[in-house]
Amino acid sequence: MSQTATMTGSAPVASGEVVEARGPRPKPFFTPRKIIIYSVLVMFSLYYLFPLYVMVVTSLKTMPEIRFGNIFALPQAPNFDAWVKAWTSACTGLTCQGLSPGFWNSVKITIPSTIVSIFIAAVNGYALINWRFKGSEIFFAILIFGSFIPYQVMLYPLVMITREMGIFGSLQAVILIHTVFGMPILTLLFRNYFASLPQELFKAARVDGAGFWRIFFEIMLPMSLPIFVVALILQITGIWNDFLFGVVFAGTQNYPMTVQLNNIVNSAQGTPEYNVNMAATVLTGLVPLTVYFVSGKWFVRGVAAGAVKG
Amino acid sequence: MADTAVPLEAGAETAHRPGLLKRILFHNLPAKIAALPMMATVLVVFVGCTIWTVYYSFTNSKLLPTGKFVGFDQYERLFQTSRWNVSVTNLVAYGAMSLVFTLVIGFILAVLIDQKIRFESAFRTIMLYPFALSFIVTGLVWQWIMNPTLGLQGTLRNLGWSNFSFDWIANPRMVLFAMLIAGLWHGTGFCMVLMLAGLRGVDEEVWKAARVDGIPTWRTYVSIVIPMMRGVLITAIVILGSGIVRLYDLVVALTNGGPGISSEVPAKYVFNYMFSGGNIGQGLAAATMMLLTVLIIMVPWAYLEFGGKGKRT
Repeated sequence: MSQTATMTGSAPVASGEVVEARGPRPKPFFTPRKIIIYSVLVMFSLYYLFPLYVMVVTSLKTMPEIRFGNIFALPQAPNFDAWVKAWTSACTGLTCQGLSPGFWNSVKITIPSTIVSIFIAAVNGYALINWRFKGSEIFFAILIFGSFIPYQVMLYPLVMITREMGIFGSLQAVILIHTVFGMPILTLLFRNYFASLPQELFKAARVDGAGFWRIFFEIMLPMSLPIFVVALILQITGIWNDFLFGVVFAGTQNYPMTVQLNNIVNSAQGTPEYNVNMAATVLTGLVPLTVYFVSGKWFVRGVAAGAVKG
Repeated sequence: MADTAVPLEAGAETAHRPGLLKRILFHNLPAKIAALPMMATVLVVFVGCTIWTVYYSFTNSKLLPTGKFVGFDQYERLFQTSRWNVSVTNLVAYGAMSLVFTLVIGFILAVLIDQKIRFESAFRTIMLYPFALSFIVTGLVWQWIMNPTLGLQGTLRNLGWSNFSFDWIANPRMVLFAMLIAGLWHGTGFCMVLMLAGLRGVDEEVWKAARVDGIPTWRTYVSIVIPMMRGVLITAIVILGSGIVRLYDLVVALTNGGPGISSEVPAKYVFNYMFSGGNIGQGLAAATMMLLTVLIIMVPWAYLEFGGKGKRT
C-alpha cells in the first residue's frame, strides 16, 4: 500500500502499464486457455456496455415504439425529440423547464468548488510537507480519518452552521461543503506529491529569502501540473455526480443536475416517458463520461490515487 | 479520535509562559495562516460536528435540536422501529454480498486482464466507465432495464420466452439482488483497477520461482500472490466497506426504498428523519449508529496499519 502511495505522483499508478512482453511467443492464438479468457472478458464487457446501449437506444425511440416492448431493438426512426424535451420542458414535479437549469446549476457549483477545493488542498499539502509546525501531522491524521465518517453524521450540524452564516440554500453553501469534504483526499494527493519533489529546490529558494507564498506560486505550482490534472478529474467527476449535498444545501432553485434528473424520473406526475427519462439520464452522464474518455489514463491514475488513503 | 485534537488548543494553558506561547503561535506563521481552512475543517466539521451529533442523539429533539437529555431513549425507539431494523438487515445482507462479489469479480477480472492479452486498454476502459457515472444515473438506467413490463423481462417474454421472470426490482424478496446488479455494475471496475495495481506490484521473480518449482498457476495465485497483496486487499475492503455504509443515492434512484420498505438503508432513514420526518433526535441516533459501524470497520484497520510502529507513508 505504501508502495502505491508513493507512486501517485509521476510514476504510472496502475503500477506500470503493461510490462513489455519478454521475447517472442510462438504459440497459436486460439488456445483453449485464451478462448476462455476472452469469452469471460467479452461476457463482462457486455454486462458493462448493455446499460449504455439501452440508455442511448431508448432515448432515440418514440413512446409507441417503446410500448411495443423490445429493449434491445434499434430505433426505427432515430430522433432527438426526447432529448429536446428532456433539456427544455420535462417536468421535475414542480416546474417544467427540463434539465437545462440543473445543468447550469451544476456548472455553477462544479467550477468554483473545484477551483477552491484544489487551491486549498494544494496549500495544505505544501504546508504539511515544507512548513511543518507543531500538530500539523495530527491535523492531517484526523483529516484522513474523518474522510471515512459517513456524511450523514455531520450533515445536520453543517446545516445549522451554514444557516448561521446565512448561506444555507445557496450556491455558496454547496461550494463550501464540497471544499470541506474534498479536502481529505485532495490534501493527501498534494502532500504525497510534494513529498516526492526534491527538497533541495525548496531549501535553495528558502536560502535565497523567498517566503511561504512566493515559493508556493513560483516554484511548487509550476512543478505540480500532473497532480493538478489528477485532482481536476477527481473533483469534476465527483462534484458533478454528487446528489446528497446538492439536495440538502443548494436550495430548490439551485438543485444540481443529478437532483433534477432524479426528480424528473422519480417524482414526475402522469404516465412515465421512458425515452425522455433516458435522454435526461444520458445528458447527465455526458459530462463525467466526456471527462473519462478524454482523460483516459489520467482518470485511472486519479482513481488509484483516490483509493490509496493514508 | 476526538481526544487527540484537544491538546492542540493548549495555547491558553501555557499563556503564563510568553516565550513558548509566542513560539507556538508565530513559528512558521504564514504556514499556520495558510492551514487555517484545514484546521477549521478538522476542528469544526470532523471533530465538532461529530461530537455535536453524538451528544444531541441523547436528547429528545424534535423539529429543533433544543431538547432535553433523555439518555438512550432515542436508541431504544430506533431499535423498536421496524423500518430501522429492515434498513440494518438490508445493509448487512447487501453489504456482505456486495463486498464479496466486488472483491471476487474485481480480482478475477484483474487476473484475466493481467494475462498479457490483446485490447487490454479497451477492456479496461469498458470496465471502468460506469465508475465515472453517478449513482443516480446508475440507479435510473437499471430501474429502466429491470422495469417488469417494458424492460428485460417484457422484452424476452415478447420474444417468445413466455415464462421468463426478472421482476427483482418489484419483488420485496429479491430487490436486494436488483440493487446488487446495479451496485456491481458501478463498482467492480474500480476494484479491478486496485487489484491490477496489486497484481503488478508482485515481483516477477516470484512467478519465475513458482514456475521453476512446477506450482500450477491457480495455486500460485491462491497461496502466494493473494497473501502478498494483503495491503491492497485491506485498502479495498476499507474503501468498499465505508462506501457501503454510506449507500444512499443508489437506493434513492433505483427503488426509493421500495417496494414498501423492503430496500430501505440506514443513510436514507437518517435523511428522512432529519429533513422530512421532523424528528431530529431519531435521525441523529441513527447517524450515530452509522458512525459506530464505521468505527468498527476502521479501528482494527487503523490499529493494524499504524498502531504497531507508528510508521506512516
